[in-house]
Amino acid sequence: MPQKQSRELNTGYEVSIDLLRDAAYISELREQMIKFAILQLQDESTAEDVVQEALVGALKNAKSFQRKSALKTWVFAILKNKIIDSLRKGQKTVAVSQICEEQEQEIEALFDNKGHWHQDEKPKHWEQPEGQLEDEHFWRAFDICLNALPAKYARFFMMREFLELETHEICENETLNANNLHVILYRARVRLRECLENGWFAEGKAI
Amino acid sequence: MMSCRTATQLMSESLDRPLTRKEKLNLVFHKLMCTGCRRFEHQLNRIRMYAHTFTKKNTSE
Repeated sequence: MPQKQSRELNTGYEVSIDLLRDAAYISELREQMIKFAILQLQDESTAEDVVQEALVGALKNAKSFQRKSALKTWVFAILKNKIIDSLRKGQKTVAVSQICEEQEQEIEALFDNKGHWHQDEKPKHWEQPEGQLEDEHFWRAFDICLNALPAKYARFFMMREFLELETHEICENETLNANNLHVILYRARVRLRECLENGWFAEGKAI
Repeated sequence: MMSCRTATQLMSESLDRPLTRKEKLNLVFHKLMCTGCRRFEHQLNRIRMYAHTFTKKNTSE
């Protein structure tokens, strides 16, 4: 019995060494990380730097990981922290108050002059078929809708819903107040809702 | 009655800050009479759930 146990441990060790040598796996992981970082940082070269830092930091400790899933979770936890650090440095100062002052035609067009839904813009019922969350087609549609968000909204939406920062944490580091942030998050959500309804929930699933 | 434009903005804000008692009350009245906004609120919650699930899917196996 003790012999068998040690063999299992050995196998685990070999797997972890293989992970480090598995260039294809590391490069696939790097691509996923870059995609994730670009979504939030809106800048490819900053995203690459952040991913590089996170990857180097994570791989130093990779010996202790015996499964790919554990390594990936660990790497993304480090990446999230690096992204938050980078956002905090606030190299980017967007004139957010200006964005908020301008009316957003696409959203105003949903409502009539009294502020009520136009008949054909009224939210439709969304079917919720079983297994939707496992449906890769659904997630592809969701990804497309996220990418269709204007960068000026997407960045804050990601901070709030993906990095799960609180309003005050976002406002601390940006040149915007809570009211502006609320306007931006509203616009992002309305657009995402429209996109999902038209692209996925409406009949035909156009995406 | 509160407009749908205002109601939807408040529904979004309720995900980011606690609403005042008055805002909550006005929303309740509005939703009683407006199917569109009831759906909108339900869908906003779904979108938040999707975003969280999407992050988990992409950051672990």
